[in-house]
Amino acid sequence: MSAHRELGLTDSEYDLIVEKMGREPNTVELAMFSLLWSEHCAYKHSKKLLGKLPSDGPRVVMGPGENAGAVDVGSGYAVAFKVESHNHPSAVEPFQGAATGVGGILRDVFAIGARPIAVLDSLRFGELDSVRSRHLLDGAVRGIGHYGNSIGVPNVGGEIYFEEPYEHNCLVNAMCIGFAKTEDMVRAAAAGVGNAVVLMGATTGRDGIGGASVLASAELGEGDDAKRPTVQVGDPFEESKVLECCLELLAKGLLVSLQDLGAAGLTSSAGEMASAGEVGIDIDVGKVPLREADMEPFEIMVSESQERMLAVVEPSRVEEVRAICAKWQTESAEIGVVTDSGHIRILKDGEVVGDMPVEALVDGCPLYDLAPAAPAAWIYGNKQTLAAGTDSAETLLALLAAPSIASKKWIFQQYDSIVGSRTVRRPESADAAVLQLPESGNAIAVSIDGNGRKVACEPFNGTVEAVLECAQNLACVGAEPLGLTNCLNFGNPEKPVPAWQLDRAISGLAAVCEELGVPVVGGNVSLYNEGPDGPIYPTPVVAMVGELPDPARTAPSSFAKEGDAIGLLGPFTPTLHGSEIAKQRGELELGLPEPKVAAVAEACATVRDAVRAGKVASAHDISDGGLACALAESSIGAGIGCRADLQDLRERGCTPDEALFGEGPGGFVLSGERAELEALGALIIGEVGGSTIELAAGDRSLIIGLTDATEAWRSLDARAESDAEPPADA
Amino acid sequence: MLIRPKEGILDPQGKAVERALPALGFEGIGNVHVGRMVELEADDPEQLGELCEKLLANPLIEDYEIQPL
Amino acid sequence: MIWGVLQFPGSCDERDALHACEVVGGEARLIWHEDRDLSGIDGVVVPGGFSYGDYLRAGAIARFSPAMEAVAEHAAAGGPVLGICNGFQVLCEAGLLPGALLRNQELRFICKQTDLLDDRGDVLSIPLKHGEGRFYAPEEMLDRLEANGQVAYRYADDHNVNGSVRNIAGVRNEAGNVVGLMPHPEHAVDPLTGSIDGRKVFEALEGFAA
Repeated sequence: MSAHRELGLTDSEYDLIVEKMGREPNTVELAMFSLLWSEHCAYKHSKKLLGKLPSDGPRVVMGPGENAGAVDVGSGYAVAFKVESHNHPSAVEPFQGAATGVGGILRDVFAIGARPIAVLDSLRFGELDSVRSRHLLDGAVRGIGHYGNSIGVPNVGGEIYFEEPYEHNCLVNAMCIGFAKTEDMVRAAAAGVGNAVVLMGATTGRDGIGGASVLASAELGEGDDAKRPTVQVGDPFEESKVLECCLELLAKGLLVSLQDLGAAGLTSSAGEMASAGEVGIDIDVGKVPLREADMEPFEIMVSESQERMLAVVEPSRVEEVRAICAKWQTESAEIGVVTDSGHIRILKDGEVVGDMPVEALVDGCPLYDLAPAAPAAWIYGNKQTLAAGTDSAETLLALLAAPSIASKKWIFQQYDSIVGSRTVRRPESADAAVLQLPESGNAIAVSIDGNGRKVACEPFNGTVEAVLECAQNLACVGAEPLGLTNCLNFGNPEKPVPAWQLDRAISGLAAVCEELGVPVVGGNVSLYNEGPDGPIYPTPVVAMVGELPDPARTAPSSFAKEGDAIGLLGPFTPTLHGSEIAKQRGELELGLPEPKVAAVAEACATVRDAVRAGKVASAHDISDGGLACALAESSIGAGIGCRADLQDLRERGCTPDEALFGEGPGGFVLSGERAELEALGALIIGEVGGSTIELAAGDRSLIIGLTDATEAWRSLDARAESDAEPPADA
Repeated sequence: MLIRPKEGILDPQGKAVERALPALGFEGIGNVHVGRMVELEADDPEQLGELCEKLLANPLIEDYEIQPL
Repeated sequence: MIWGVLQFPGSCDERDALHACEVVGGEARLIWHEDRDLSGIDGVVVPGGFSYGDYLRAGAIARFSPAMEAVAEHAAAGGPVLGICNGFQVLCEAGLLPGALLRNQELRFICKQTDLLDDRGDVLSIPLKHGEGRFYAPEEMLDRLEANGQVAYRYADDHNVNGSVRNIAGVRNEAGNVVGLMPHPEHAVDPLTGSIDGRKVFEALEGFAA
């Protein structure tokens, strides 16, 4: 009886299974139900809320529910994209956890027939003074690099934050972008009674048995070293062969449908294919190519061995399919057949060892309502690292040196950002990555953003800000948003505060996407990110893909030349709430002002059009560290100083402190010819030039040398490298 | 077959492992080199030398040793 | 000029190489690793990537492919061959170029725009991206290479990020028709994605076409 509890099912869930089956489930069936009814696969605490997200739009080609979302980029082409989490495995084994996270998201994209053309990643760890966090950072970065570099997909951007609440539960969210002719894209639904089910790719072993799904449905506690054997091990070389093989099979029209194997392995892919197609499936585990002898049927069905794909193929074409697999030196086997039984049956040596109604297995899991309750006060603690009375110059240097703000060059230099010849804007050269699409004659831009700390201050407003940040980043390179994907990383939804955070965040996400007219074409949820000290910051990570007509017309984030005017554009109303400086002063608390979405959207449009028309020399949005950091970053990147007076900004009603270091949406720092900036409606605040950064705001002023600023901003290298373990051979 | 970096060639992996040891509580360990091990079954052990020379090791930068199991 | 770009399981930059060959005014096609037929091909590019996953040693398995046998014959007959990154590794493993490529000194993969010097002392801005790009050859061999003018490209001062001996970024065979380098000239042919200095690397070999 308690077997089901060990597998993570509640008593009432078990009873429901018995009711739907009409009998008690056997081992194979129980194992399969326990995986598909886990939080990770069934979304039982989030599905009801996710229904609020707007997912329609004239440019949507594939929406939520498919392996990845896709938007139309014109000329008969589409761009597919999705972000997914691999948090729990990465906290246990960061190299393989992060590597297989990349592998998994790549498969989701080529499963719909799109060739992967880029990856991005959003990472969060505890503070860098923790040995554990440096170890996780190092492992995750090497793992992402190992997988992405080997398979030849460029890593073009991302974000990394270091905050105490992620110390025990790091976040590794991986995004992939793919490109395809719209008419070539495929769906996952199995179809055609009598069609063959073919497994392609790596052999099946004991990787991850009870892996990702189980880990994602329980909080990490003591003894999580014992979970190490359940982490999957990735092989990017195998994936590269499987990828080429699948794209060739799709190009030749040999597949009826295609699905990747991820969490819950064969169970979820076969189950979901059958469910989407409203058919049944018979799987003969005896036909599955195994890596380890004597695997039991339930092990074969739940194995999370990587680099495997499942296809439905007309019987007359199976031989051709297998021949192409052989050409690409990848295994293939006919392991089953599509039926009209509406059941998923598992066979071994002709004997039925498992038999479940598809609907019960895939869609029968109960969905739960949350019982949210707002916290009375800030629950995450405060740690002061910036002494009271620190002068403005020292404060700016402290902000630039903050690991969450400092240059991430140490990280992205370990990634191939140029393979594929599409990368027009490499990491840290502009606010968003830009990839040219010569086939469709235009280009796309991508940005991935989140700020858990602000969402913790106020989940609705914080989430709206994250989406606006994304839109602003796209505007800086002249791109208009086409669609959004998201990964919702939260704590235990059965507890009132994380439930409140999740509920409010999803409402905020729905509201801002509705108002901006940006559809949510897919995403992922990762819950139960809690350790002994409590939940992580509620962290909705959002990523947007936008289009721009001319890849030669994007703007860098760094100033261009001496003498250019500097302008501030947009409804920027700086606040210290949730800011990096509030964090460093130990003054974080609940509350975040309501963003003015319409006004920010208008500013985005102005900047976007100005960039496209070549009217600005640089464009950089104001985010972490406020205006002072944004100006410093534009100077450091250019190797030229600047002078700015923020008095006019103060007239919007903020203190000198807020003007310099306050944060919030709606602020763009532009540079170029004064007359051009004025024509856009920008507030002229200063000029590019010299070798110092000189800022004034009321009675506060600061002057720092460009060299000092650069050193502070490049300080992550030394901190991340210190006592990092010697990288082992992959 | 044990395959080792040739004497005199910079072995940064060996050095990195060696440097990390004291922090992990291991004293008195030096001269660390990191190589590769290949295990196989062979019908004709006579071929193994050639297999090492031609494929398993790069004689310009590696030495090898064949050990029967 | 018609270029043939080899393709192994695990190659990554072969399509980029095809595109680069076209940008410099040639035609190009892919040559599957099992294919021995180089008829009509004037020059060969062995591209970058992770052929066979870099398993055993980078390039160690690819070099035994049927296509490489054909490339060896083409090279022996004086035809131009350009090995880029993994391609350079394959050519060294095949004995068509001297030396070997080892793990980067800092033990990390690095992707960076780099200044190279060709043997005329001109500076070329070309990106590199590799984890095993540290060129090595024994001292006597290095002296011979220098004396014979076989060092084709060197990293400029402060640009040797992988620890290659004598800052050597690329070498050629004695006859000069086979050239290998770790940086990626095929990623430096389009002003939109970087510099265009890479074109010179391809152009330098055109003279060897029959």
